[in-house]
Amino acid sequence: MRLAVLTDIHGNREALAAVLADVTARGCDAIAVLGDIVGYGPDPGWCLDRIRELNCVTIKGNHDAAIKGSGADMSTNARLAIDWTRAQLAPDQADWLDALPLTAEIEGLALVHASAEAPADWIYVTSEPTATGCLRASRARLTLCGHVHVPQLYSLDMRGMVAGMTVKIGQAMPLLRTRRWLAVVGAVGQPRDRCPQAAWALVDTTRDEITFRRTPYDCGATALKVRAAGLPEALALRLLSGD
Amino acid sequence: MLKPEKGLTVDGFTLGDQLHEGGFATIWAVTHPLYRSALIMKVPKILDGDDGPTIVGFETEQMIMPRLSGPHVPRIVAEGGFDTMPYIVQEAIPGQSLQARFDKGPWALSDLIETAARVADALAALHAQGVAHLDIKPANLLMRETGEVVLIDFGLSRHRDLPDLLEEEFRIPMGTYPYIAPEQVLQTRGDPRSDIFALGALLYEMATGKAPFGMPSKMKQLKKRLWLDPVPPRFLRPDLPEWLQEIILRALEVDPEKRYQTAAQLRFDLAHPGQVVLTARGRKLRPDGWLTIWRRRRKMRGLTRLGATWAKADVPILLVAVDLSPEGEALHDLLLTWVRRMLTHQPESRVALVNVIRTALLGIDTGTDAQGQNVHVSRLVALKHWAAGLELPEAQLTFQILENSDAAQAILDHAGQVGADHILMGARGHSTTRRYLGSVSAKVVAEASASVTVIRAPG
Repeated sequence: MRLAVLTDIHGNREALAAVLADVTARGCDAIAVLGDIVGYGPDPGWCLDRIRELNCVTIKGNHDAAIKGSGADMSTNARLAIDWTRAQLAPDQADWLDALPLTAEIEGLALVHASAEAPADWIYVTSEPTATGCLRASRARLTLCGHVHVPQLYSLDMRGMVAGMTVKIGQAMPLLRTRRWLAVVGAVGQPRDRCPQAAWALVDTTRDEITFRRTPYDCGATALKVRAAGLPEALALRLLSGD
Repeated sequence: MLKPEKGLTVDGFTLGDQLHEGGFATIWAVTHPLYRSALIMKVPKILDGDDGPTIVGFETEQMIMPRLSGPHVPRIVAEGGFDTMPYIVQEAIPGQSLQARFDKGPWALSDLIETAARVADALAALHAQGVAHLDIKPANLLMRETGEVVLIDFGLSRHRDLPDLLEEEFRIPMGTYPYIAPEQVLQTRGDPRSDIFALGALLYEMATGKAPFGMPSKMKQLKKRLWLDPVPPRFLRPDLPEWLQEIILRALEVDPEKRYQTAAQLRFDLAHPGQVVLTARGRKLRPDGWLTIWRRRRKMRGLTRLGATWAKADVPILLVAVDLSPEGEALHDLLLTWVRRMLTHQPESRVALVNVIRTALLGIDTGTDAQGQNVHVSRLVALKHWAAGLELPEAQLTFQILENSDAAQAILDHAGQVGADHILMGARGHSTTRRYLGSVSAKVVAEASASVTVIRAPG
């Protein structure tokens, strides 16, 4: 199976459309969405409908949860955007988000938005220690998560050592059967690794490989929409810098 | 986890005899109902769960080997994880490693050149796939019945585009001490020129029967190769030609920048001994004096880094086919202009100039023209005259007059032999004959494995 893994779309219509076109062009058999469909971006409703139409495995992110919950523990900009987003969504859209599960499994792969260690605590997997927690909590050979907006791969070897490794974009990385793996997939709608291109990942379960991919999109158009919607200026600027 | 033994069946593979037991792995003959060709299984010897180097080396092999292709590497059939038994199943390559031949002492010159060229071919093919082997030694070289050298044991290798599992875990120099390159001693992993150094050490040993830096066993002895030059091979074997010593010592240069930059270039020089430019390296008959060594040692002592991961593996070989017939003259200046343009971008390119003497399909070629002049010599003179316009140092140029009834085939064969990256040639005008018989440049474009640029006169 060739599985396209998308996460942290954050209401970015242009990025999502570009990634979905890329996914189709590369011949994937299935799509999985790891949450945070809304928040930050100017097109939450469009993105939500598009994902809903795909009828693919989708799990809940912290921004999705904040629509019916509270944005109290979020940063100022995130909270302002959530308040704005709440007003944009129809009740059935908010209900659909609310009904999303926190974790899922496809062909033995574990999917979670933040960390398998405590899915509802929204732990950021940004280091070997946090990756260790996630890898120990999951039994799957490959666990996929998002939330961090920076792509990174971690492995747990038979001696129990966790190693983070940076993988070249577009290079198929062999998921050695001697280790268990954790892939933090970069964000479709708001990359934070100084590359403004939309990030996603392609998992090939037959060949046991993962490829981190980037898809260019018109981030200027999205930034203008962010500004036009009256959302914080910083949210527009970071789309241009990918920072 | 299962232990390998005769009769055991894992994932459909049944173990036969144990063929070899090394320090880190055992090798077994295996059979599988779906595979007819002879197969072997390599199983790492893991003493306990904490045997880091063996485990990670084995994982490195599992990561890199299935991503390689071609005749210079074993074909991988299957791999197993640590859940049942770790293994790699690969095609069996009959015969012994080159170690047996090395144990017999110095090689005859012709065998040496032939074998070294085949090793260089294998390295060029490996480097082209983005992998540095980093443990080139006689025991890791096999030979197919068809003559190709096969590289084995990729436990220390480094893939340009994949993470280095070894670098993340170990902080000691890794390699086989007699052949390890100075930059590997300083822990640069992934410079393909380290393999060129190892090939230099192999060449030295083939020529003299001795390893250039002895058989060090301790780290302290290992570092000496940063300042102590090896005894010149011609001191140990006076009948060795200067050009071969030049090749050997150039491959063994301490600074990777001063070595051959690619295996294809070394291979090229082995094939064209007459055109190896001799320097003091080729001529020297004794090791450097104590003062030179002392100065070098002082300079090297503070050195912490040497070489670079995949620095510049692309010093291209540019093959230029020059048509010396009156018909081709119109393109002479244009071809020259284009070679110059390409050299502006890649000033270090090797330029291989060729001209083809078309021999008759039937009948006997006399090799002399109507005036009794040797055609071969006169073409070579004309080719050198043409090349003078390039104003390139001699070391960057080679000349070759080829003979073939099929000019395109001659160019294609030569491009393959020298490992050309780019072929540059002129296309003659259009004519009815060529429309029916096919043009030389069209055939080269269609069949070459290198890039081809065809120059045409405008109009």
